Amino acid sequence: MLQTMSLIRLTKISRRYQMGSETIHALREVSLQIARGEYVAIMGPSGSGKSTLMNLIGCLDSPSSGEYELNGVQVSQMGDNQLADIRNREIGFVFQTFNLLPRSDALRNVELPLIYAGMPSEERRQIALEALSQVGLADRIHHKPNELSGGQRQRVSIARALVNKPSILLADEPTGNLDTKTGIEILTLFDELAKKGNTLIVVTHEEDVARHARRILRIRDGLIASDDRTEHPTGKEGRLTALTA
Amino acid sequence: MNLLTEVKEGTRISWGAIRANKMRSVLTTLGIVIGIVTVTLMGTAIAGLNRAFLKNISFIGADVLYIDRFDWFVNSHEAWMRMQKRRPVTETHANALREQLTMARAVAPVSETSTSVRYRRRGGDSVRVIGTTEQYGFTSSVGLSLGRFMSASEASGGRPVCVIGSEVATNLFRRDAPLGNRITIGGKSFEVIGVLEKQGSFLGLFSLDNQVIVPLAQFAASFWHEPDCSIQVKVKELEQLEEAREELRAAMRKVRRLAPTTPDDFAINQQDQFVKMFHRVGGTIAAVGVFITGLSLFVGGIGIMNIMFVSVAERTREIGIRKAIGARRRTILLQFLIEAASICLLGGLIGLSIAWPLTLLVQKVLPATLSPTIVGIAILVSLVTGVLSGFFPAWRAARMNPVDALRTGE
Repeated sequence: MLQTMSLIRLTKISRRYQMGSETIHALREVSLQIARGEYVAIMGPSGSGKSTLMNLIGCLDSPSSGEYELNGVQVSQMGDNQLADIRNREIGFVFQTFNLLPRSDALRNVELPLIYAGMPSEERRQIALEALSQVGLADRIHHKPNELSGGQRQRVSIARALVNKPSILLADEPTGNLDTKTGIEILTLFDELAKKGNTLIVVTHEEDVARHARRILRIRDGLIASDDRTEHPTGKEGRLTALTA
Repeated sequence: MNLLTEVKEGTRISWGAIRANKMRSVLTTLGIVIGIVTVTLMGTAIAGLNRAFLKNISFIGADVLYIDRFDWFVNSHEAWMRMQKRRPVTETHANALREQLTMARAVAPVSETSTSVRYRRRGGDSVRVIGTTEQYGFTSSVGLSLGRFMSASEASGGRPVCVIGSEVATNLFRRDAPLGNRITIGGKSFEVIGVLEKQGSFLGLFSLDNQVIVPLAQFAASFWHEPDCSIQVKVKELEQLEEAREELRAAMRKVRRLAPTTPDDFAINQQDQFVKMFHRVGGTIAAVGVFITGLSLFVGGIGIMNIMFVSVAERTREIGIRKAIGARRRTILLQFLIEAASICLLGGLIGLSIAWPLTLLVQKVLPATLSPTIVGIAILVSLVTGVLSGFFPAWRAARMNPVDALRTGE
């Protein structure tokens, strides 16, 4: 019963890299389940395998062995193009360095996943505008990334991640390139998204960031070292109103 | 995402990239521009040469068979020596043929020499003198600009009359009208009864206008006793050229009294031989020309490939982002293919706009025009060059691993 409810189900996932004659075990038979609506932080020092885990969950990479079931679909054996479709439909990425297309304006950046989903232009424009106004950037839609502040850029990328209504929002050090105040704004936005029922996975090495999540996974040497649930998320509602106002 | 949207999106991205790197795009395009200009000019020049040649040899007449002692194109010295031993072709043969042939419209014996021509104090040396009959008026395609051709009675009677080429006419007669005046050909006096239309030169070798035509009987009396002839036979129907040729061959063998086992001791020539010869030589020249100019296009293509590799390398991160949010291999492949094709197409169009005024210059020498076919081929070739040279860089981009692509530049 519990298994069918899992959005993400990893079973004995391993990922090995070949570095010359040496085989590096980035992940060793990791099994993990994440339910819909969970807010999970993945922590660990660099080299622990947390990035590899994130890439696998995000379908950017395929496991060397083991099974990955995402939203009831077996994705571990999928080819490049199928994975591209899965990423487009199921996953919204938020990166530390934002990864916006520098020559395209905010609207165009947010529209991109919808373009790849094959949505007609009128409709996708509407949806992209909506997503941008949800992150408080309705008046910045024609700004290029270099005309926006760090926090605004990250909000554009959050809008882009959400525009396809994905099953998972996957954030890799989302506050790493932001100052403290802006970082808190972004985390508050995440709290709000989690409250609305979105599934959030945040990869971070900052305890302050991880504390916002309700479940913290610690990775060490390619294994899950601990899996704790926190009952009291620190997000405060007052901040979000300040942010979107 | 369907193909049309992908192409639209790809085009949009490509133009963005080309505009963002204007200088680089222009320099890259240059290779294609030069390639297209040379290929277009070469194509135009070859087409012009063909046209000039066909126009040039039209005076030979596609429906006229020529009986000569020699083949027009002799392949070996031995063959030439063999032909030299053949009996001459004479007017007698022509007369006999004229009675026997059923598929011939006209049969004209033609003999040629070269001598001086004078009118009062003006004159010219080495003018071509053609001795023939009134039949020549039918076998030759040349028209008259003034007067008339010789009549049958003038021909058979060997009257001292002549028809002169346009060059002879302008050389001899400055103020006087040529018709009715008497000119001296090789010391004999002839009355001018007609002037030929201007024909130009034959393949630039000799002028077809520097000639005079006189009755063969008079020609034999004045210049060459029992002259060697060639016989021009104009067939009634061009479609029956082959049958007419067979009939002519049989008749000629009969006239020359050849035993059935003896090979022909005469040659039947026709315009077709010239055309074939030209196509063989011209085809080789064209192939070499296209190959050499094609090389410049090839070099241009390498330039495109090079810059596309650079473009892919520069935009590795962008490729990673696009892949992360759902771009498939085909989408990325198309994006870069379209970029390469756009650069080439742009080069092709610029090349054509440069080649066009240049063909106007070529037109002063050759009857050449920039035909829609050549324009179409040029555009197609530039597109194909773009797709071919863009393929490997685009393929590399499409196959990129999104994790690695996203990590570059961090």
